[in-house]
Amino acid sequence: MGDTATLVREQDAPALLSIEDVSVVFNGFHAISHVSTTVGDHEIRFFIGPNGAGKTTILDAICGKNRIAGGRIMFKGKYDLSRMKDYKIANLGVSRKFQAPSVFPGITILENMELAAANRHSLYSTTFLNLKPDQRDYIRYILDFIGLYDKCFDYPTRLSHGEKQWLEIGMLLTQHPDLLLLDEPVAGMSRRETEHTAELLQRIKQECSVVVVEHDMQFAKDVSDNVTVFHEGKVLAEGTMDEVSQNQTVIDVYLGRGGEK
Amino acid sequence: MALTQSSKTQRNRLVLAFVIFAMLAVVPAVLPLFRTTLIARFMCYAVVALGLDMIWGYTGIMSLGHGVYFGLGAYCMAMYLKLAAAGGGIPDFMQWSGFDALPAWWTPFANPAFAFAMVVLVPVVVSVAVGLLTFLHNIKGVYFSILSQALALIMSVLLVGSQQYTGGSNGLTDFDTILGAPLASSATKVALYYVTLAVLVAVFALCFFLVNRRIGKIFMAIRDSENRVRFTGYNTAVFKVFVYALSAAVAGIAGALYVSQVGIITPADVGVAPSIEMIVWVAIGGRGTLVGAVIGALLTSGVETVASETFPDLWNYLLGLVCIVVVLFLPGGLMDLPRVPARVRAWLNRSHTGGAGSLALAASCPADVAAVNVDPAFDGAPAMQPAPSPAFSDDSSDERDPASSGAHAPTAGQTSSDSASASRKEA
Repeated sequence: MGDTATLVREQDAPALLSIEDVSVVFNGFHAISHVSTTVGDHEIRFFIGPNGAGKTTILDAICGKNRIAGGRIMFKGKYDLSRMKDYKIANLGVSRKFQAPSVFPGITILENMELAAANRHSLYSTTFLNLKPDQRDYIRYILDFIGLYDKCFDYPTRLSHGEKQWLEIGMLLTQHPDLLLLDEPVAGMSRRETEHTAELLQRIKQECSVVVVEHDMQFAKDVSDNVTVFHEGKVLAEGTMDEVSQNQTVIDVYLGRGGEK
Repeated sequence: MALTQSSKTQRNRLVLAFVIFAMLAVVPAVLPLFRTTLIARFMCYAVVALGLDMIWGYTGIMSLGHGVYFGLGAYCMAMYLKLAAAGGGIPDFMQWSGFDALPAWWTPFANPAFAFAMVVLVPVVVSVAVGLLTFLHNIKGVYFSILSQALALIMSVLLVGSQQYTGGSNGLTDFDTILGAPLASSATKVALYYVTLAVLVAVFALCFFLVNRRIGKIFMAIRDSENRVRFTGYNTAVFKVFVYALSAAVAGIAGALYVSQVGIITPADVGVAPSIEMIVWVAIGGRGTLVGAVIGALLTSGVETVASETFPDLWNYLLGLVCIVVVLFLPGGLMDLPRVPARVRAWLNRSHTGGAGSLALAASCPADVAAVNVDPAFDGAPAMQPAPSPAFSDDSSDERDPASSGAHAPTAGQTSSDSASASRKEA
């Protein structure tokens, strides 16, 4: 990442995503307390940390699934996501992928893509309007990109675990998101599938910023620009993967426990 | 593009629907009038079943209270017929209650155009109000089903309780003419039969159009994973209210056609039991297939008539038995019958070959599990954490709302064990 670009952004435009002093409380339990971080344009940020550190919780807060108890989450400097409904956040350009592959099994792969690609979501447009030719072309491009073009008339139940994950990532891409939130995208994938996913992410980075929650340290090292280490609901360290893996506290609470070889 | 398996199935179902409609069209020519009117009644049920299939089979919302909308439509129509029979006076049951003038809200129903409009509008307004209150507050699954059933109970209690306005438990009956034509004449009966058939075909066409547009795919996506649809940017509550209102309007029209041909509507026709029977039609025929809903309604009520003529006491047991069989062995209803031989064969293979049959098993168990187990490239090294089985992952609560675990419990196991065959259908 060019330092100049970062500097310009800091002076002129606000960060794409800025999490400011956010806390999330579940029935008195502080799942996240006073977390702050910012994610820049075209950045791949990894959230890592032991189980229960609050990584998924913070993703839930960004996409509107959880209400936050304090702080705010600013998107492009002008939208406070913590006050918006989930589907409106999605329409702003924040796409979320959950941990378990959650494509729609009842409709074909192509229909899955079309449903995601449509940028108008009213009753009228979904009943009477067809997708524009450029949207169809883009769907074809993405299907090719994720390697499912030949299977597009099949139902997702026929896909392998890895293919389902790619289909879901592909669906998110058709929405031209500015920010992609991925929760453990490579969990359960083979090494080969993981490497393919890493390639996908490098190409996706040209289009948008990505926040990834992941336990696979090799994957994080290969793909991330920066990582944020969470521990017990707080930010423990932040920086590039190399910087973080030198950090003694991080080694003590996380990496030293077998998170990395 | 070559026809895929699913579009072939879809084409076959469409052909089946046309065959059924063609057979229905010749009924008045070949069957006595009594049977014709009987079948007209079944067609009214089929119209309700189509609406219910849209909301339950396609969108996954189980409404146990569609008798309410059927009843609202029927009562709106019955009020018009009653006033037409009273010939400018006030209906007989009101006289018995001591009224000497028509209640103000009854008077506009003397106008057929107004009454026909209300047949659709009243169910739509009520269903939109109920839908907004429930779906906007994210009430779904069994909670919605219970609520809708309570609605049916309230409806029948209200009707019985306000005897001076609704005829109480006797309901509304003793009609005379519709739009000036005598209801008892055979010409009117045949005309009404064809109106009902036309409505059935039109509703089928509308539903077919919708489920094949993107909106239909959204309904199915809501059924499969509503939260995911929301995070794709769709306000699912709007779609659910729409499909709920659509099914209510359709049920209202069916109710109006029903009362004009059967000649009576009582609270017993709109309460809890009939509402559940409506769900049973769809379940038996095959939810998620339009032609299945039509077949389910026609066949169940047809068999019911025949069976209750011969063994009046046994019918309810028989229906219960059929329900159990469908839930356990035919979750896709009668439309699933063509797949039964393949399923039996698979089951036989599995039980004979045992462990060695793991290939067949891998083909039919969820693909992601199979992929993890058999992938030779899985080196397991740095990513040595257990593959998240969907059942235990953080987000499983999303996808596992009461709608899928409660109301559809019997099918849940089937769909996963049978997921290799694309078990959802189109029309």
